[in-house]
Amino acid sequence: MFMFERAITGGRRYWTWVFCLLGVIAVGFFSYMHQLNVGLGVTGMGRDVSWGLYIAQFTFFVGVAASAVMVVLPYYLHDYKQFGRITILGEFLAIAAVIMCILFIFVDLGQPARVFNIVLYPTPWSLMFWDMISLGGYLLLNIVISLVMLTAEREEIPAPGWIRPVILLSIPWAVSIHTVTAFLYSGLPGRSFWLTAILAPRFLASAFASGPALLILFCLALRRLAGFDAGEQAIRKLAVIMTYAMTINVFFILVEAFTVLYSRIPADTEHLEYLFLGLDGNYHLVPWMWLSILFALGALTLLLVPAWRTSPVLLLVACVLVFFSLWLDKGLGMIVGGFVPSPLGSVVRYTPTLPEWSIVAGIWALGALLITMFYKIMLSVRREVGEEALAVSH
Amino acid sequence: MKITRKDFLRLSGLSFLAAGAAGAARAIAGRGSSAEGRQAAAPVRWGMVVNLEKCRKEEGCDACIGACNTAHNIPHFSDPRHEVKWIWTEPFGTVFPFSQSGYAERSDVHLPVPLMCNHCADPPCVHVCPTQATWKRDDGIVMMDWHRCIGCRYCMAACPYGSRSFNWLDPRPAIASINPDFPTRSKGVVEKCNFCEERLATGISPACVEACPEKALVFGNLADPDSEPRQLLRTRFAIQREPELGTGPSVYYLV
Amino acid sequence: MRDRIWIFAGLALFVGVATLPFWSAHGRTAGIAGVPNLQLPVRARECVAPVEYMRQSHMQLLLRWRRDVVRLDERRYVAPGGTVYQRSLTGTCLGCHNKEQFCDRCHAYAGVSGPYCWNCHNQPATRVAGASWQAEPELSAVQQAAGSAARFLNQPGNEQLSPFHGSRP
Repeated sequence: MFMFERAITGGRRYWTWVFCLLGVIAVGFFSYMHQLNVGLGVTGMGRDVSWGLYIAQFTFFVGVAASAVMVVLPYYLHDYKQFGRITILGEFLAIAAVIMCILFIFVDLGQPARVFNIVLYPTPWSLMFWDMISLGGYLLLNIVISLVMLTAEREEIPAPGWIRPVILLSIPWAVSIHTVTAFLYSGLPGRSFWLTAILAPRFLASAFASGPALLILFCLALRRLAGFDAGEQAIRKLAVIMTYAMTINVFFILVEAFTVLYSRIPADTEHLEYLFLGLDGNYHLVPWMWLSILFALGALTLLLVPAWRTSPVLLLVACVLVFFSLWLDKGLGMIVGGFVPSPLGSVVRYTPTLPEWSIVAGIWALGALLITMFYKIMLSVRREVGEEALAVSH
Repeated sequence: MKITRKDFLRLSGLSFLAAGAAGAARAIAGRGSSAEGRQAAAPVRWGMVVNLEKCRKEEGCDACIGACNTAHNIPHFSDPRHEVKWIWTEPFGTVFPFSQSGYAERSDVHLPVPLMCNHCADPPCVHVCPTQATWKRDDGIVMMDWHRCIGCRYCMAACPYGSRSFNWLDPRPAIASINPDFPTRSKGVVEKCNFCEERLATGISPACVEACPEKALVFGNLADPDSEPRQLLRTRFAIQREPELGTGPSVYYLV
Repeated sequence: MRDRIWIFAGLALFVGVATLPFWSAHGRTAGIAGVPNLQLPVRARECVAPVEYMRQSHMQLLLRWRRDVVRLDERRYVAPGGTVYQRSLTGTCLGCHNKEQFCDRCHAYAGVSGPYCWNCHNQPATRVAGASWQAEPELSAVQQAAGSAARFLNQPGNEQLSPFHGSRP
């Protein structure tokens, strides 16, 4: 079904990896059962930091999902042929990331059995409603697109004409998912850390850096593990895109920092103080935030020098730096920093608990499993088509 | 006509989608019919005036909090992260920061101020709730439907007053003695002060108001110019919590 | 043909799993066969609706009451016979019925795993005879306003009993 059979054939290494992932997923699942039983009190969240790692991871992975547009747009709008081999990698990444996002929201719900109340009582003035629409729509678009494109590739026929408008629709849709996600936060009075018009642009910039970073890492891994060549040109182009996005992201952060720090309104500066200097004796996020800055600057240094950017090893290092810098910034500081200090000024320490981490790890592993299977299917189709072509030419 | 397996899967997928879309359309079309059939009566907007001077007369008094906790089955958790609070106190300096000179001989910044849901005229929590589990009633009370809440806690992020609590754990074991006339909550839903709407329905004033020995909490209809709170507000200088946010709190403080 | 054994084993396994509820319930249903032993209310002679209706559709009635009280602030309920009740699970239903001896027993008999009403709703501390809510209480100054709000939301028209009645808010 849907070429799924191609994902269940593989060598020893493949199955070892798959079973490792399944093991992590199982641990996450049992942790979730524990959380379901006892309540969200098993996490480190509380009345002041009422969203934690789950929502932060959700935010980060919406960005990863949206970043597929960075390969789709050049290929379909600008006819940039070099991306022909990797657009589907981006689309598959988007599918896996959106599924992870939905799961991160789901495990954050106090009453998950009632999740369909969002559909039963549609509430268009709630951004959460639009987030559901945009994420669901994006998932559907990418499933349809990748399925149609891969089938066409397998049958060696041109893709049906109707798919092009669908692909074009997916481009603004990708932008919309991360914009809506930013609007979840930036429209709240009394949360001054998020109450900034640059939040959505900043989210997009960081997404368009972290997504391509991940894609480059996947391409390098696939070349090594499966002999799949994304093409030197494509990887270099992705690196350039990542460089621009990361530069713009750092610029946006500095713009935000200037506004906050130069105006010196205490309600605004307190959040940055908490994240980067520590507030009321709470320093636990400070090293991580500076690590994020350090990684960002290190990555920018490597990326901005063309000779370094084109070196495979340095590019790999730069991608890792970009990914972790943004993961710390968005997957940790962005959400917690918005809650501390609380509207009543309390500075509360938020430490994710073991069950919380294992649920997060389980969802990560599920994402990795999906990516593994999707890429396996793609590689198997490509190999088959390639072998046939070889046979014909002989 | 021959239907392949793939066609069948596609068709069934499409019909599921169509069924879902039809359901959503029905749900949207069905909205709003409940508001019909009601007739306008004299407008009511419940509000409260907290007289801080009277409130401080008896040091350490927490009669209002105790009465509320008993009436509404508020659980007691020792971990501050899991606390559930409908009415509680915070120091004046925390509630109204930057509002004192700092040179005063007798400083109020450490004196307690009772806090509760402000039942805003334009409540941010109601804007963000994805299921309308929290909504504003015609009489101004911001309600919670614990049957509908999915526990996403968006309202907690939206409330600029920290007035909302989440049931991180099952509250029942943490309730000293259950008042059978008011439901407890289950784990995984958000709750907050409801201005004792269950008491208002039978014509009695909120539990905290009734319990205050100094009559420092004055409750009434803000839409009625002759009501007690309106009479107080006519002559006395009163402040609200963070009025600059435009939420329009219904709780006023006489300082 | 070599796969035949696997195919039939798989089919057998599937049938076994699909009919699992029947197998697993076999031991447990033995004791509660026949008519459930329910403790009926002693004082009240009539319910808020005909017994037949309540037996089949009490859940719809409860859901409607829930909506009326929580979302519409409509608490007065006029039964078909004209008796006025308060829409309240704890206050009215459990004023006559005993949860363990009535609700739980019948749910166990019907194989309905407990509804989550009881996660939050309580049993009354003491059994009060009159659950009906005939007269409105005397009102004082502040309370007059409260009463007017309550009255204006308690418009008649929604009280007539009909199984298919009810629009969702």
